[in-house]
Amino acid sequence: MKKLMLGNEAFARGLYEAGCRIASSYPGTPSTEITEEVAKYDEVYAEWAPNEKVAMEVALGASIAGARSFCAMKHVGLNVAADPLYTAGYTGVTAGMVIAVADDPGMHSSQNEQDSRHHAIASKVMMIEPSDSAECKEFAKAAFDLSEKFDTPVIVRMSTRVAHSQSAVELCEREEKELIPYTKNAQKFVMMPGNAIRRHPEVEQRLVDIREYAETSPLNRVEYNDTKIGVIAAGISYQYAREALGNKASYLKLGIVNPLPVEIIKDFCSKCETVYVIEQLDDIIETHCKKIGLNVHGKDTFSLLGEISQSIVREKILGETAEFAEFPESVPVRPPVMCAGCPHRGLFYCLSKLGVTVSGDIGCYTLGATAPLCAMDTTICMGASISGLHGFNKARGAESEKKSVAVIGDSTFMHSGMTGLVNIAYNASNTTVIILDNSITGMTGHQQNPTTGKNLKGDPAAAVNLEELCKAIGIKSVRVVDPYHMAETEAVIKEELAKDEPSVIISRRPCALLKYVKHNPPLRCDHDKCVGCKQCLKIGCPAISVHDKKMTIDHTQCVGCGICTEMCKLGAIVK
Amino acid sequence: METKSIMIVGVGGQGSLLASRIIGNVLLSQGFEVKVSEVHGMSQRGGSVVTYVKYGDEVSSPVIVKGEADIIISFEQLEAARWLPFLKKGGHLVTSTQKIDPMPVINGAAVYPDDIIEKIKAQGVDVIAVDALTLAEQAGTAKASNVVLMGVVSKKMQFEESVWQAALEQCVPAKFLELNKKAFALGRAAE
Ligand SMILES: Cc1ncc(C[n+]2csc(CCOP(=O)(O)OP(=O)(O)O)c2C)c(N)n1
Repeated sequence: MKKLMLGNEAFARGLYEAGCRIASSYPGTPSTEITEEVAKYDEVYAEWAPNEKVAMEVALGASIAGARSFCAMKHVGLNVAADPLYTAGYTGVTAGMVIAVADDPGMHSSQNEQDSRHHAIASKVMMIEPSDSAECKEFAKAAFDLSEKFDTPVIVRMSTRVAHSQSAVELCEREEKELIPYTKNAQKFVMMPGNAIRRHPEVEQRLVDIREYAETSPLNRVEYNDTKIGVIAAGISYQYAREALGNKASYLKLGIVNPLPVEIIKDFCSKCETVYVIEQLDDIIETHCKKIGLNVHGKDTFSLLGEISQSIVREKILGETAEFAEFPESVPVRPPVMCAGCPHRGLFYCLSKLGVTVSGDIGCYTLGATAPLCAMDTTICMGASISGLHGFNKARGAESEKKSVAVIGDSTFMHSGMTGLVNIAYNASNTTVIILDNSITGMTGHQQNPTTGKNLKGDPAAAVNLEELCKAIGIKSVRVVDPYHMAETEAVIKEELAKDEPSVIISRRPCALLKYVKHNPPLRCDHDKCVGCKQCLKIGCPAISVHDKKMTIDHTQCVGCGICTEMCKLGAIVK
Repeated sequence: METKSIMIVGVGGQGSLLASRIIGNVLLSQGFEVKVSEVHGMSQRGGSVVTYVKYGDEVSSPVIVKGEADIIISFEQLEAARWLPFLKKGGHLVTSTQKIDPMPVINGAAVYPDDIIEKIKAQGVDVIAVDALTLAEQAGTAKASNVVLMGVVSKKMQFEESVWQAALEQCVPAKFLELNKKAFALGRAAE
């Protein structure tokens, strides 16, 4: 049976068919759906871990225990999991272990566009890269076999367009894999110097072996058409090239991106007149080609930045450009915004009103940085709000402590905020931390986390009590506010900033998009009372706009949260 | 057959994912190779979103570039203007007349252009504008404007209505099926 499947869904199907038993991941666009989809198969145990490092260690533990295992993350997640990855490269596996890493060229939903292939090279771990949904499934299965064959974790590199495009996939049956019997093997799995020294040469030999395998692997393939132009590409870049050039070019499509083969590349280049390496982000294949003495085009033609597309390939290689109509006026941009009824809005309005320095973090609440709220000074990576503000305050002293806050979401706090808070308590700065507890991991599309009381399957689970946790860490002043009540929220922030001790404010109200959240009927504006003062626009609600000097509320968006009524001195916003 | 391209554009949260799945299933049932590229993540939060549907004998790239779309389906007027350059010469634009102010317009940093549909028509583009929101509300919920637009588009494509009905049944949960069928029918009868 053929089914249209998202790359991520097809990947999950591949995990299922390959007999994967254990999956542990932390969400991150564009990788999230792999784990959500694999959780739908009862034969696979799947969980959300609090962060990627934990997830990868769970997967490695399961592999050592003899079960085929899996973990997924976005590109920056691999930085967090880099520590276990680099040593898992040394230990190798017992049963197959597969890691999905999703890159985001063009930064559709990311804070940078790093290229994960560097991690594969540095950790000396095999990496393969599919180019459509059918390959996602096939590569996921192949990855387990290769992992067991070469005794290594195998990384499957995804990218936004492969992860989030649907194409047809042929479904097969699951092949059940029995647990491999466990036998203690300290030389292989206890990585202290004496053992690691003996593992390292095996890692180097493994790379040689995989490279040799890559010369003949069906994952790498050649398509000869016209040989005036030769294209070397992997993943989605191959699809762009194929669409742009069709049979006007020949292709070396690489499925194995680390380690790269030598002979098939040399052979391909010898048969083509001009060879282009088409790769998004960094010049990894190109550098390899040049290292083995080949004369190829790469980043002299294509950019290091953002995504490639068929039109870029057409323009750069064939010199062809398209014709198109254009709207005759400038079209205002439409950046993402906090949803109508978003609980983060009230909190950020208070922060913008107080004019404090806001050490930000990553999640829906990063949108607090955008106009009209503009209440954020920094956003670096998950967890950096809390630790960064501690450093900021240590640098600038008591003056700064009274005028700054860190903001962090519930999921992000669990991921890597807790350790920063320990540092604040332990190394004593009078930092104020606001945990934006919307009872879900919002940004990535509503995943449960350790604070929500539910697990990945939606079943009841232990819930971290944030108040007790912060107290146990050593924060004495822990307050809870409802951000729908802005006056009270503002008062509490002022009080906590004034204190000569560290404090945590938990701004608690579930995400307005959660199914169980009951909405009020939409509000409306009484045009007899409205004078068009535009005070209500200062909260940046997408449902509110002003037309002909009167405020209007879009009834299709408004959920009746009522924070705008706190903005209107004239009582013009009514039920 | 040459590859055909359909773009679905709108504002995050307007239901473009369902629309693309319906079209994708229609095309798959007709034996085409199909690729559908969706947006997840950040832009779903009220940003400008675009979904690409491509079909033919062989489809390689899942994305659509400027000058390539045979049909653009827009859920909102400003988005129709934004994505207009992606329309092929001689292509069709199907748009809802709904307007949603983006934040820069709400803040007064930018103005929402007047008479968007007339200005697009003046470029020589075939535009079908439908008040999908009102029709969806007639069907029972504003949320069904995506399916109303599917009804409109179904007339611009050569497939039998039954094929669309089957795709609706596949993509819409049973309890919302009747409502969505009504929305589809209203779209199909519009203009
Ligand atoms: C290391 C890393 N992993 C994953 C992500 C993807 N990501 C961005 S924000 C976020 C979590 C947001 O949840 P929460 O902190 O609860 O805030 P909310 O979006 O609900 O406001 C995730 C998983 C990331 N940016 N970096």
